[in-house]
Amino acid sequence: MSPTNGCNATDINEEKSIGRKLTEPFAAIGRAVINWIDTLGSATIFLFFALWKTFRARQLSKVIHQIYYVGATSTAIIMLISLFTGMVLGLQSYHALVTFGAQGAVGTLVSLSLIRELGPVLTAIMITARAGSAITAEIGIQRISEQIDALSTMRIDPLRHIVSPRIAAAIISFPLLTTVFDLIGMIGGYISSVMLLGLNAGVYMNSIQANVDLRDVTDGLIKSIVFAVIVATVCCYQGYFAHMRKDSHGAKAVGMATTSAVVISCVLILVSDYVVTSLLM
Amino acid sequence: MSTPLIEFRDVKKCFGENNVLDGVNLKIYEGEVTTIIGLSGSGKSVLLKHIIGLLAPDEGTIVYRGKPVSQMTKQEIKDALSQMTYMFQGNALFDSLTVYENIALPLVETSNLKKEEVHKRVMARVEQTELTEAIDKYPSQLSGGMQKRAALARALVTDPKIVLFDEPTTGQDPVRKNAILSLIAQYQRKFGFTAILVSHEIPDVYFISNRVLALYEKKIVFQGTPEELEEFDHPFNDEVISSLESLQKELTGLYSKRQFKVLNSAQMKRKKSGEAYAIVVFTLVDVDYIISSLGPDVVHEALRRLCAYIDKHFGIIGGISTRLNTAEIVTMLPHADIEEAQSILEDFVEDFQGQGIKDIWSWAGVRRLVAMSGSVTFTIVAGIAEGKPVTKIETVIDAARTNQKEIWSATMCRQGVNI
Repeated sequence: MSPTNGCNATDINEEKSIGRKLTEPFAAIGRAVINWIDTLGSATIFLFFALWKTFRARQLSKVIHQIYYVGATSTAIIMLISLFTGMVLGLQSYHALVTFGAQGAVGTLVSLSLIRELGPVLTAIMITARAGSAITAEIGIQRISEQIDALSTMRIDPLRHIVSPRIAAAIISFPLLTTVFDLIGMIGGYISSVMLLGLNAGVYMNSIQANVDLRDVTDGLIKSIVFAVIVATVCCYQGYFAHMRKDSHGAKAVGMATTSAVVISCVLILVSDYVVTSLLM
Repeated sequence: MSTPLIEFRDVKKCFGENNVLDGVNLKIYEGEVTTIIGLSGSGKSVLLKHIIGLLAPDEGTIVYRGKPVSQMTKQEIKDALSQMTYMFQGNALFDSLTVYENIALPLVETSNLKKEEVHKRVMARVEQTELTEAIDKYPSQLSGGMQKRAALARALVTDPKIVLFDEPTTGQDPVRKNAILSLIAQYQRKFGFTAILVSHEIPDVYFISNRVLALYEKKIVFQGTPEELEEFDHPFNDEVISSLESLQKELTGLYSKRQFKVLNSAQMKRKKSGEAYAIVVFTLVDVDYIISSLGPDVVHEALRRLCAYIDKHFGIIGGISTRLNTAEIVTMLPHADIEEAQSILEDFVEDFQGQGIKDIWSWAGVRRLVAMSGSVTFTIVAGIAEGKPVTKIETVIDAARTNQKEIWSATMCRQGVNI
């Protein structure tokens, strides 16, 4: 090879290298998008099969057990959060509205805020933090300690045995807990605005009765069902595939999966809240 | 030979860059106990997981009853897998379920048995694995050994046709280890299932194995009987068997049968044709009856104590001992004639009668003695014979057997022990 040719080859290599550096950020974005679409697809299939397997034999007792775990044991914390959320709403809206002499609308503001937005969203976030993280950790540990493999060797479908009851329980529990949240929140609003700030009780109750439609309640419950599907799928999926994480292994993978489950669930709750709200409007 | 139950043809498996199995060929026959031996991390568990369908090969074929798995229908694969159970190396017990619930799980989830029948079957396995007091406990509340037994009970509760044991005796004390191996052998004879074991317990596992497969450097380098493995001339024998056997020697004071043969032939080569040596054969009489009355672990503990005393008295003067079978131990004294051997045996008997098994009541298990209806007699007999380098060692061992006399006896019944 002549020296001239050698120089040309070096130049071409340098050009390729510069080109690669320039396109690398786009390639990284492309890889991330492909990876994200891939995960979304597999999570959808995961959800589909889990839902399908809910209606098999011997599932009822497991679903009831999970309703107790996901739903019943979360009731106390949901009631506590909703009480103070309602009280703060009552307090803030009273002071804001009283300057315009519109304090009679406190009940409407508190109830619609709770029923349309805060009830479904805060309930979903609270259950994610309390039960969702525990579901991911539990399934993740079952995965890394070969308990899920053990189920397969015993001819027990792990998806049916572990995932389906949890998703079914979430779909049943979320709307019920959202209803509890709404109700206790309105009581909280009553305590702060009527009992503490002296608003007329009849005005508060009447404004709720006059301005809250059934549509508001059903929209809120539809949202809570959407959030239930998202939270249960994300939490179960993260735990079920904890062993396939590329960033960590073993117990650390379970920890990372739990963190991812909570973060992804919370983000998706807020994103889907906007999407569902705009669709329902 | 008949069609193999399971056959691997050039099976290869990689995990990323790590090549674990590289052209594995093996045959496993129905109704046999097949043991896979090899160093840790050599891919034994990966091999078992291919059999149970948890992993699929990257290349090669797995054949089940003469038919490649790739050509089997979904239902055929399901039927084949339904006959198998797997005992995991790490037990894989469900930590949120009690021992009872863990054992009952496969029956509750996959059969239509009534609650009473499930309970009966579970309790049968619980009693056989001595877990009666642990049924309401969670796996985290159990010792490693008990967890292993719970996993064993779960693997056997469905009466499977093929059972895969991934290191079933790891983490067990010597008594329990032998008890588990005995239990596997006993069940295998009783139910006729095919057992596939991964184990390091050499040579103990040889006593229950029909065939041994040696996994070495990503390939199966040996398939045959334990006796054939002893004659197998391959680096595997030097690296794996010898290291495991020397550990065994350190723990029990006994050599393996292979080491015994090698040492014996080396001694004989050094001797002149007229020089004598002595053989002592110890036997625990009526082993089967003792096992059926008190369980295999009691017999193994008695033999373990006997081995320790044999090593103490005969090992110190250059004696080489090995276990011939479940109940027999043979000791060769290469530098002693029959009078010297007799004198050492008398010292041994005196010491053994004084200290050897005097606390038999405690280790035999008071609970089982109390539950016993009749009585059980432990009798140890010993016999000496003299051999010459020209004589075959088997002939001398037979002669020592014919000279056996009782050296110690103890009768155990509900009231106590009469020595």
